[in-house]
Amino acid sequence: MIHRYKLGGCNIVLDVCSGAVHVVDDAAYEMIGMFEEHSREEILDALLGKFPETTRQELGECYDQVASLKEAGKLFTPDTFAPMADTLKKKTGGVVKALCLHIAHTCNLNCSYCFASQGKYHGDRAVMSFEVGKRALDFLIAHSGTRKNLEVDFFGGEPLMNFQVVKDLVAYARSIEKEHGKHFRFTLTTNGVLVDEDVIQWANRECSNVVLSLDGRKEIHDRFRVDYAGKGSWEKIVPKFQKFVEARGGKNYYMRGTFTHANPDFLKDIQQMLDLGFTELSMEPVVCAAGDPSALTEEDLPIVMEQYEKLAELMLQRDKEGKPFTFYHYMIDLTGGPCIYKRISGCGSGTEYMAVTPWGDLYPCHQFVGEERFKLGNIWDGVTNTEIQEEFRKCNVYAHEECRDCWARLYCSGGCAANAYHSTGSVTGVYEYGCKLFRKRMECAIMVAVARALGGQ
Amino acid sequence: MEHIKTIETRVLCQNEGGCGECQTSCQSACKTSCGIANQQCENAKESK
Repeated sequence: MIHRYKLGGCNIVLDVCSGAVHVVDDAAYEMIGMFEEHSREEILDALLGKFPETTRQELGECYDQVASLKEAGKLFTPDTFAPMADTLKKKTGGVVKALCLHIAHTCNLNCSYCFASQGKYHGDRAVMSFEVGKRALDFLIAHSGTRKNLEVDFFGGEPLMNFQVVKDLVAYARSIEKEHGKHFRFTLTTNGVLVDEDVIQWANRECSNVVLSLDGRKEIHDRFRVDYAGKGSWEKIVPKFQKFVEARGGKNYYMRGTFTHANPDFLKDIQQMLDLGFTELSMEPVVCAAGDPSALTEEDLPIVMEQYEKLAELMLQRDKEGKPFTFYHYMIDLTGGPCIYKRISGCGSGTEYMAVTPWGDLYPCHQFVGEERFKLGNIWDGVTNTEIQEEFRKCNVYAHEECRDCWARLYCSGGCAANAYHSTGSVTGVYEYGCKLFRKRMECAIMVAVARALGGQ
Repeated sequence: MEHIKTIETRVLCQNEGGCGECQTSCQSACKTSCGIANQQCENAKESK
């Protein structure tokens, strides 16, 4: 399977199953589109009419180049990966490598668009005790097999509302990691309200990544990200985030925004982040129930698509100006990205990745927390709901019927199980709106990577 | 005349990898969608 598209002045052809990326001229672009359905003579006849300035001999040479690439396994490569789809999960069966610790099911902001219903996940407010967190870390070590690097995300709600427990848990993890031959990588996700010097110093010492929530322009951010008195948080948090990022001194961070129906023109928000001095950026489409006033609509779609293209152009422009920035969804390493096993195995929720509630219950991921049917078990007894876990274990890219014909399937691995479930009622469904955005993001990401590769030659 | 320029990429069909040491897909910035193309290979990262 191939995917052809024109973007940023380039004709790009992807060979889906080999991962090959080609930049082609107009004649080759048309030829590749016809190659599998027509004979050599038919193609040359048709293209001579279309490109009268080209000779038959030149087109013949072009045909030979396409044929050689096919022969070399870089065009029209068949998908032979389906039998390998559960190899990785079988090989690492039972291994848990990452936990999302719901350190606080409460929040000091009251954002109506929050998928976690203001941190409560449709349940009661609660904070995780040290004992529960400690047991979760012990559970992770006990179930991590031979895997060395273990990932723990402090999530909420707002985790800094339970900061002492976060600090105590990290100290505990550091005290036992060596004896178990493990290394913990911690991520803190925060809305910034409680960020202070103590948080900054601790996070820069202990967290391999911090995710800082900022939606961009003040009026956009303050539309949703308000306190319980209805007051916007932008002015309070921006100086704290600037100090935080400066103090990180190059360590990983992301400014993470959400765009909604209120700002499908989210590039202005990216620009605002850049103007504030931030360079590691993520901007996510809102996830909420259809019909919610913040939900993206069909009318928003062409605006969002255009914004993604303009974002790609802005990245290349800023490269030229010596002011590069990172956009999380456009990070793509064509030469060293994930292996094929990773690309077909699904996201890992419910198997290698789980979420832990303040009470110690286990869920397939943070987005399923609060949905009783998906409770997998708890950190004392382990996974007891094996039927649900099996559903997730089987959730690889080939389990999604619609993905079989999608050129982007090896870039998303079948997509987000929670989005699929919430939009179709099945974890093996597809969230089509999200797929449209994802495919556009991949086209842009690859275009940027191609432009950078060509620019470096 | 060169009609096609091929960009250097990891060849997926070589079926290398499968060590499982890479970062979990959702364990970084997004938390609300799944992309694996932007994930790093732990082995490639170490050898860089």
